[in-house]
Amino acid sequence: MAMEITQILLAAQSADGQIRTVAEENLKQFQQQNLPLFIHSLSTELSSEHKPPESRRLAGLILKNSLDAKDAARREELTQSWVSMDPSIKSQVKESLLLTLASLVSEARHTSCQVIAKVASIEIPRREWQELIVKLLNNMTQPDSPAPLKQATLEALGYVCEEISPQDLEQEQVNAVLTAVVQGMNQMEHSSEVRLAAVKALYNALDFAQANFENETERNFIMKVVCETAMAKEPEIRQASLECLVSIASTYYGYLEPYMQTLFNLTSNAVRGDQEPIALQAIEFWSSICDEEIQIQEESEEEDTGSSPHSNFINQALPVLVPLMLETLLKQEEDQDQEDGVWNLSMAGGTCLGLIARTVGDTIVPLVMPFVESNITKGDWRCREAATFAFGSILEGPSVKKLAPLVHSGLEFLLNAMKDHSSHVKDTTAWTLGRIFEFLHSASSEYSVLTAANLPRIIAVLLESIRDAPNVAEKVCGAIYFLAQGYEGGDSSSSLLTPYLGDIVTALLSTADRADTSNPRLRSSAYETLNELVRCSNLRETSSMVAQLLLEIMNRLSKTLELQIVSSDDREKQSDLQALLCGVLQVIIQKLSNSDETSSIINQYADQMMILFLQVFACRSSTVHEEAMLALGALAYATGPQFAKYMQEFYKYLEMGLQNFEEYQVCSISVGVVGDICRALDDKILPYCDGIVSQLLKNLSDPVLHRSVKPPIFSCFGDIALAIGEHFEKYIPYVIPMLQGAADHCSELSPDDDDMQEYGNQLRRGIFEAYSGILQGFKSSKAALMVPHANRLLKFIEAVVSDKFRDEEVTKAAVAVLGDLADALGPNTKVLLKDHTFHVELLGECIQSDNDQLKETAVWTQGMIQRVLVS
Amino acid sequence: MPQPEVRRSIKRSAVSDQQRRRELALLRQTQQRSDSQNRARRLASSVFTLSSSSSSDLILPDKGILTRAADSEEHEAHLDESVAPARELNVVQASKLKGREARQWFARQLMLPEWMIDIPPKLDRDWYVFARPAGNRCFVVSSNGTTISRLRNGSVLHHFPSSLPNGSRTRDSSGPASSYCVLDCIFHEPDQTYYVIDMVCWRDYSLYDCTAEFRFFWLNSKLAESGACNSPSTYHRYRFSVVPIYDCNQAGLHAAYSTSMPYTKDGLLFFNKHAHYQTGNTPLALVWKDNFCSQYFLDTDSQGLVPTQQQVVLEMQEDGKLTTSDDPPVEFGSLEVDFIQKSEFRAGNLLRFAIKDESVRVVDGKLEIGDLQFISKSNRARAFADSYSKVFFQYAARHSPLKIEDIAASILPNLPDDSPIVDVEMGS
Repeated sequence: MAMEITQILLAAQSADGQIRTVAEENLKQFQQQNLPLFIHSLSTELSSEHKPPESRRLAGLILKNSLDAKDAARREELTQSWVSMDPSIKSQVKESLLLTLASLVSEARHTSCQVIAKVASIEIPRREWQELIVKLLNNMTQPDSPAPLKQATLEALGYVCEEISPQDLEQEQVNAVLTAVVQGMNQMEHSSEVRLAAVKALYNALDFAQANFENETERNFIMKVVCETAMAKEPEIRQASLECLVSIASTYYGYLEPYMQTLFNLTSNAVRGDQEPIALQAIEFWSSICDEEIQIQEESEEEDTGSSPHSNFINQALPVLVPLMLETLLKQEEDQDQEDGVWNLSMAGGTCLGLIARTVGDTIVPLVMPFVESNITKGDWRCREAATFAFGSILEGPSVKKLAPLVHSGLEFLLNAMKDHSSHVKDTTAWTLGRIFEFLHSASSEYSVLTAANLPRIIAVLLESIRDAPNVAEKVCGAIYFLAQGYEGGDSSSSLLTPYLGDIVTALLSTADRADTSNPRLRSSAYETLNELVRCSNLRETSSMVAQLLLEIMNRLSKTLELQIVSSDDREKQSDLQALLCGVLQVIIQKLSNSDETSSIINQYADQMMILFLQVFACRSSTVHEEAMLALGALAYATGPQFAKYMQEFYKYLEMGLQNFEEYQVCSISVGVVGDICRALDDKILPYCDGIVSQLLKNLSDPVLHRSVKPPIFSCFGDIALAIGEHFEKYIPYVIPMLQGAADHCSELSPDDDDMQEYGNQLRRGIFEAYSGILQGFKSSKAALMVPHANRLLKFIEAVVSDKFRDEEVTKAAVAVLGDLADALGPNTKVLLKDHTFHVELLGECIQSDNDQLKETAVWTQGMIQRVLVS
Repeated sequence: MPQPEVRRSIKRSAVSDQQRRRELALLRQTQQRSDSQNRARRLASSVFTLSSSSSSDLILPDKGILTRAADSEEHEAHLDESVAPARELNVVQASKLKGREARQWFARQLMLPEWMIDIPPKLDRDWYVFARPAGNRCFVVSSNGTTISRLRNGSVLHHFPSSLPNGSRTRDSSGPASSYCVLDCIFHEPDQTYYVIDMVCWRDYSLYDCTAEFRFFWLNSKLAESGACNSPSTYHRYRFSVVPIYDCNQAGLHAAYSTSMPYTKDGLLFFNKHAHYQTGNTPLALVWKDNFCSQYFLDTDSQGLVPTQQQVVLEMQEDGKLTTSDDPPVEFGSLEVDFIQKSEFRAGNLLRFAIKDESVRVVDGKLEIGDLQFISKSNRARAFADSYSKVFFQYAARHSPLKIEDIAASILPNLPDDSPIVDVEMGS
C-alpha cells in the first residue's frame, strides 16, 4: 500500500526555504528507511490523475533519480537496489508508469516516459520487462488510441532506444519499433505533435536499424519517409528530420548512393532558403559526409586492407557543393567576432568548406579562387571578409605545392589587409595568416612560405596589429604561435626568428597587460603564445633572453600576491592569472633544464621561485593549484638533491594535492610530482614516505577517486621504492596486497569497452612499474623479501601476455619486470622460469618488433633469464 | 532526443595549451622514470658480465689454452700458467690487460667461420650471405674514451679515437662514461675503413646471446646513429662502414657474388640467422671462396706464392699428435718422439707441413692425410692451427672445388616456404 506523500512533495517545492528543507529531509529519510515503499509511493503519485501536476512531476523526477545517477558508483548502487527489490512492487511500479502515458496531463506523460526509459535501461539488458515493447506498440496500433497517448508512446520508445544498446533488442522487436515509428511519421494519419515525436524517436532508434538499412526495400521506405518529413510544413519537424539525416550520413554512409541527388536538392534548398537552425543542420549533413570520407581516407592510408568503401560523394558534388558553401560565407552577422564560439551560417559554411578541402585536396582550389579574387577587393566588408575566410578555410588539405604559389602572391595583400577599416576583415585576415603559418611554414620543408626576405615585414605587421582590437589581437597571438612552432626543430645552429624574439616577447607581455577588454581570452592567448615561443626557441641563442623572461614572470607572479581580494570573483581572477604565470614558469624551467649550461640559471633562482610557489599555494585555503604543482615538479627535477631543503615547507601542499579527490587532475598531477621528487631526492625523501605512502594507499582504497588516478599511483610506488631501496620493506605488507588485488581486477575488466581496455592497459603498466621499482630497489640487499611473491607476479605477467588487447607499452613493462625478477632474485627464479616458459615466445616476439626500446628491453631481459637458467 | 554535438568552428583554435602542458609534463615524467629504471638495470647488467659464470663467451676458457698461444716469447709460457689472469673477465676488464695477457685474451674472442665444404640445407631460408671485404679480421673495442682494434692473434692494430660510444675523449652526452662497445670488423687497407661484419656489444648491451638476425638489425640501426660511419675527423680517425647483407636466396647470392662493392672482395661469408655469437670455430658461420671473388682462393706460403703442394699448419700436442684448431681437435698425424726432442718443440707449437696429394683420402666424407712433410715452425704471428674445414676446403679447391653454380643450384627458385616437394602421379 502506497504512502500518501502529496503534501511533502508540494512542501518540497515551497517558496519558504525552511518548509522546503524539512520536506526534503523527510523524503530523504523515507527513502533510506524503506526504499520499496518509497518508490511505490512515488509511482502511485505520478500515475494518479486526481493529484496536482506539480506533485506528480516531482514524484517522477525523484523516481528517476532513484534509478540513475551521473556518478558511476552511485548508479551501480541504485541499479542493484532496484534489481533486488520485491518483484511484485516492481511490476506495480511499471504498470502505473505505463498507465501514466495515457494521462491527460502532459507533464505527467513526459516524466513517465523518462522513468520508463530508466527502468528499461536496467531491465532490458538483463532480458527482463520483455513485454514493454509489445505494450508500447499496442498503444500505437489500437484504433482508438488518442493522439496524446501515441505521442507519449513514441517519446517513450525514443528514450528507451537512447538508454539501451542495439544488442539488447531482438531483431523482431527492432522491426516492430521501427514500423511503429515510421508509421507515426506519416503525414496523412497523424497530428503534427505525433509526427514530431515520431521523428525524434526515429533519431534515437537509428542505431538499431542496421539490418533494416541492409534491406533495400526497408531502406527505401525509411529514406522516403525521412525525406518527406524533411519538407514538412512544420519547421520543428523539418529540423528533427534533418538531424536524422545527419545521423544517417555518419551511421549509414555506405548505403546513401541512390539518395544523394534527392539529398543534395533537399539540403541545398534548406541552406539557401530555410530558417537558420534548419539551414545549419543541412550544412552539418555535408560536414558529416566529409567526416566519413576523411576517416575512410585516413584508414586506407594507415592500413593496406580492411577500410570501408569510399563513395566519393564530396568529389561528385564538388562543382555544386562548393558554390553553395561560398554563398553562406556572405551571410555573416554583425559583431560575430566579439563572441567566442559563435555559430551561424557563415561559420558553419566556412567550417564545412574546410572539411571539403581536407576531403578532396587540390581540386577545391580552382573552385574557390575565383570567388576569392572577385570579392576580396569589393567595397562591402562582407565580400572582403568572405573572400578571406574562403581562402583561409582551404589551407589544410590541398598540397603545399599547390598552395604555396597562391600564398606567395597573396601574402602582401593579406599583410596590407591588416589595415582594413573593417574589424571583421582584420580578424579573419589575422586568422588566415595563422593558418598559413600552421600549414605552409616549417623550417624543414622545401616549400615554406616564410623566407629571410619576407620575415621582417611579417613581424612588423604582426607586432603592429597585436595592438588592434582585442579580437584581432587574439588572432594575431594565434598567428605568432604557429609562426614560432614552424621554426622548431629546424637547423639547430640558428633560428631565423631569434633576432625578433625580444620584440615579440615584449609585445606579448604588454598584450597580456591590456586593460581594454574584460574577456580573459586575450590574456591567456598572449601567455600561451609566449609558452610556445619559449618551447620552440633555440636555447643556445636565447638563454639569456629566457632567463630575463623568467625574472619578469616571477615579478608578475609576486604582484598577484598583492592583489586586493574582496570578492570570490577577485579570487577567481587572481587564481586564473596565477595559473597562466605558473604555466609560463613551468615551460621555462623545463626548457632551461634541457642543457647543463642553462640549468644553472634555474638553480640560481630556485629559492625565489620556491617561495613564490609556496605563496601561490597559500592563496587558496582548501585546494592546491594545479599549474603551480606542475611547475613545482619540473623545478624538483631540475634542482635535484637540493630540493630537499624545500620539502618541509612544501610537504603540506603535496599532501593536500594528494587528498584532492574532487579535482582529480590535481590529485593525479600531485602523484606525478611525488615521482619527480623521488628522482630528485633519492633516499632523502625517506622522512616523508610514511605520510605519502599511507595517503596513496588511502586513495587506492577509495571508491570515489576517479579511476584514472589509480594507475599513476602504482607507478609512483615504483618510483618511491627505487628511491629509498631497502627502506621500502616496511610498506611491503600493505603495497603487495594492493598490487595483487589490482592485478586480479585487471582480468575482470570488460574487454568489449574501449575505455575499459585502455584503463586496463594503464593499470597493468602501473602494476608492472611498481614491481620493477621494488625489485630493483631491493636488488642489493632485500631481494629475498620478494621471493614469496615471485610466483604470483610471474602468473600475472603470463596472463597479461596472453591478452590480445595489451598495447606495446604494457608489453614493454611486462618484459622489463620479467627481467627485473630474474635480475633481482637470481637463481631463486630458476625453477619458476623453467616452469613458465611463456617468456621464450614473448621475448622472441619482442626481439622481432619494430620498436627499438622494446627490443632493447627484451635483449636485456633475455640476458637476465639466460643467466638464471644456466646458474 | 539529445542535442547533436556542436561542431567546432574552424575559426576557433583547437589548441589548449594547458592540456599540452599536462601532456608534456606527463611525457617528461614517463621518460625520466624509464631512465632511472634503466640506470638501475644497467648497474645490474655490469655486475652480470663481471661475475656471472653463465656468459661463457666472455670468459677465458681453461688456463691450458694460454700455453697454446703463439707468441714471440714462448719461454714465458710456463710463467703464464702461474700468473694466469682471473678466470672471469669481461671486455671492460680485459681492456685493462696489457701486453701478452691482453693478446691472449683477445685472441679467443672472435667467432671464426668454418670453411664451406658442403652446402647446408635451407640455405635460402636460414642464412645470410655477404661479400667479405679483403683485409684483416679484427676485434674493435671502444671504452674509456679510446678505441683499440686487435687482430685475430690479439695484437693491437690501431689505437685511435672514434665516434663509437665512449670511443674518444669528447663529451658524449648519449651515455655514461663507463659505456663501451665491441665490434667484429675487417680493416680494409685501400680505403682505410673498418667494415663491421658483426656487433658483439653495444652501449653495454651484450649481444652474444642474440641471433645473427637481431645482431645485424642492431648493427644497421645503431652504428650509423653513433656517427661512426662519418668521414674521418680529429676525434674519429677511421671511418666505419656496414657491409650489404643479403638473404641467401637467388637474388641475394647473386648480389653478394657479382655486384661490385666499395671494397675489394675476399670470398663470401654465410651466417646462419638463428646462431648466437659464438667465439672460436663455428659451423653456423661459413666462408667460401673462388678465383672470381677472391685473390686468396688457394692458400699462399710465407712468400705470398701458391705452393705446388698444399700446406697445412697443425698444433703439436703433449703426446706428439698433430691436430687442427677445432674443438675437439681433429688429428692428422703425429711426430716421432726423437724428432720432437731433437727439434725442441713443445706442446702447443704450431708447425707447417706439406701434404702429398696422393696420400689424401676421403673416407665416409672425412678427410684423412697419409703423409705430412714437415716444413718449418709457423709464422710467429699465428695464434691458431688450421681448422679441419680449412684443410678440407683447400684440398677440394685444388681438386674439385665447390662452385658458385653448386651453391646457386641448392637454392630452389620460386619454391614457396614450407611446401614439400610432392611427386605428381602422372597418367593415373
